[in-house]
Amino acid sequence: MSARVLVGVKRVIDYAVKIRVKPDHTGVVTDGVKHSMNPFCEIAVEEAVKLKEKKLVKEVVAVSCGPQQAQGKEIDLQIISNKRMTVGFILQETIRTALAMGADRGIHVEVSGKDYETLGPLQVSKILAALAKKEEANLIILGKQAIDDDCNQTGQMTAALLDWPQGTFASEVTMDRDMLKVVREIDGGLETIKIKMPAVLTADLRLNTPRYATLPNIMKAKKKKITTVKPGDLGVDVSSRLEVLNVEEPPQRLAGVKVETVDDLVGKLKEAGKI
Amino acid sequence: MAASRALAKVVRLGSHSIHRSRILKFNGLQRRGIAACIDPSLGLTDEQKEFQKVAFDFAANEMAPHMAEWDQKEIFPVDAMRKAAQLGFGGIYVNPDVGGSGLSRLDTSIIFEALSTGCVSTTAYISIHNMCAWMIDTFGNNEQREKYCPDLCSMQKLASYCLTEPGSGSDAASLLTSAKLQGDHYILNGSKAFISGGGDTDVYVVMCRTGGKGPKGISCLVVEKETLGLSFGKKEKKIGWNSQPTRAVIFEDCAVPVTNRLGAEGEGFNIAMKGLNGGRINIASCSLGAAHAAVLLARDYLCVRKQFGETLSNSQYLQFKLAEMATKLVASRLMVRQAALSLQEGRPDAVALCSMAKLFVTDECFSICNQALQMHGGYGYLKDYAVQQYLRDIRVHQILEGTNEVMRMIIARSLLAES
Repeated sequence: MSARVLVGVKRVIDYAVKIRVKPDHTGVVTDGVKHSMNPFCEIAVEEAVKLKEKKLVKEVVAVSCGPQQAQGKEIDLQIISNKRMTVGFILQETIRTALAMGADRGIHVEVSGKDYETLGPLQVSKILAALAKKEEANLIILGKQAIDDDCNQTGQMTAALLDWPQGTFASEVTMDRDMLKVVREIDGGLETIKIKMPAVLTADLRLNTPRYATLPNIMKAKKKKITTVKPGDLGVDVSSRLEVLNVEEPPQRLAGVKVETVDDLVGKLKEAGKI
Repeated sequence: MAASRALAKVVRLGSHSIHRSRILKFNGLQRRGIAACIDPSLGLTDEQKEFQKVAFDFAANEMAPHMAEWDQKEIFPVDAMRKAAQLGFGGIYVNPDVGGSGLSRLDTSIIFEALSTGCVSTTAYISIHNMCAWMIDTFGNNEQREKYCPDLCSMQKLASYCLTEPGSGSDAASLLTSAKLQGDHYILNGSKAFISGGGDTDVYVVMCRTGGKGPKGISCLVVEKETLGLSFGKKEKKIGWNSQPTRAVIFEDCAVPVTNRLGAEGEGFNIAMKGLNGGRINIASCSLGAAHAAVLLARDYLCVRKQFGETLSNSQYLQFKLAEMATKLVASRLMVRQAALSLQEGRPDAVALCSMAKLFVTDECFSICNQALQMHGGYGYLKDYAVQQYLRDIRVHQILEGTNEVMRMIIARSLLAES
């Protein structure tokens, strides 16, 4: 099989961090906050690497969109670390994680400043569609959604732009020549579909358990190539159609009220307009 | 990796939001080490951050959930350690040509610091195992390296370091275990005390006397478990480090082939001391991990516990105490990393710096864990809360691999040698 897989990986705020809203309510605090790869993207990378290990695909390419800036202030603190300093772009940490898990090479799509802040599924899906054509990919695997915006749109939009079939919420994928059998997790249970490649898949939680990168693989990942490309080079317009007006914390949970009898409960529910 | 595994656990618990579960006792999420100023990844290269991430994830998923059980039931978690070895943690600073990962001392320190947040005792044993593998890799000839290192790096076989005896601890050079040459074998007689892993491990790196008195008469032999004449004492009952068995190792006319000697006769003490330099950095790194975890546990407890109508985090005394703990933690971390750098670069101050780091860090980190326990009040004393295990586990770091008193001897000697 000479298939090439494109895997999208997104750098998001680490799942264990307590999110705080910025004082000006334009978004959440991201400066100085720990970031890592979106968990569903990890699952996507793992699936792609598994396919490569089964020799069903030839090459796995990890793609991420983000800013150009280097790790600025952190360079000063590197005085005490050993001399193997590499001034890495922040985004490339995420791509390197994918490489350490087994991807063959990476593509960093440079999107900076205001464009990065407003980057959403529509723009990313246009970028992925353009890259898929450029890299002649047969398969795109993405996480089902990102844990920061929970959009759950990029995979679907990418498939639509390319006019490719899609297997979303995949919890099991089997490849047979150019057909994919995908078991999808849907509200009613599990749905099995058969789609023809080229196709887009989005990974759900139970698709696999991502491997730990091993120390030797992390070191090998350093030598793998990451190429940089701009959205303009791909003919993609990343300007946003949306404007974020306000970001608020969810309302504080109010204390409950204790009632004595069932009638009281029914009364209170009617008062609150719930029934 | 950690994120998806943890998410999977949370999802299966029902539709609870991640931040709802403020379970103090064993919140694997806390172990990710998120707290800006004491973040252990500050100042590291990208590659080191990757190593650290793997170690943190492994600690949070494979070790932390079992830490208490391993301690209470005194389980030696060989399976978990073999999983760690598959990731490359079995021979971190051993040459790749015999199966090691070939990383630097600083990389090693970072990894042990992160692993230690999952279980100090297990990580400390892994570090001792690494030290033995390195000694064979560095001082062994090619046959010895190829015979032992690959199995040690994959943890198919486990190792123990045997120097201390009932009659010689700090005065290590006065050891009595004799090794008399008879044909092509050494016949060993004597006993070693407090051997970590003793009885459950396969390869013993033993310092014994082949020559006259003092350090120059000591050689280093590799003894395999099945050797006739090798037996073990009872398993010691300890207040901490319970996930590794500690036993006396007894030699009664134990015949070991001469081909198992590392280096030349009389080089044993030197080999032992060189192994300990790295060992001291590793032990100090384990203390760091425990202290880091303790600071996070204390901080979170202060934000939740209320007395006198407000959370403890509003008390200036406790805020100051927390600040002091954080400061000591960062200072300790810098010392260990500097010592690691010095050792890997072969600087002349390396030995003294390793001793200073071990002395300073093990003491400071114990005090940090102790303070963290105090902040938990009565709950800190219960075995349901992790802070007491960190404290009990790192107490011994002030004693082994050279007591902190011996560290002072080494440092003083280094200062006075010039006059």
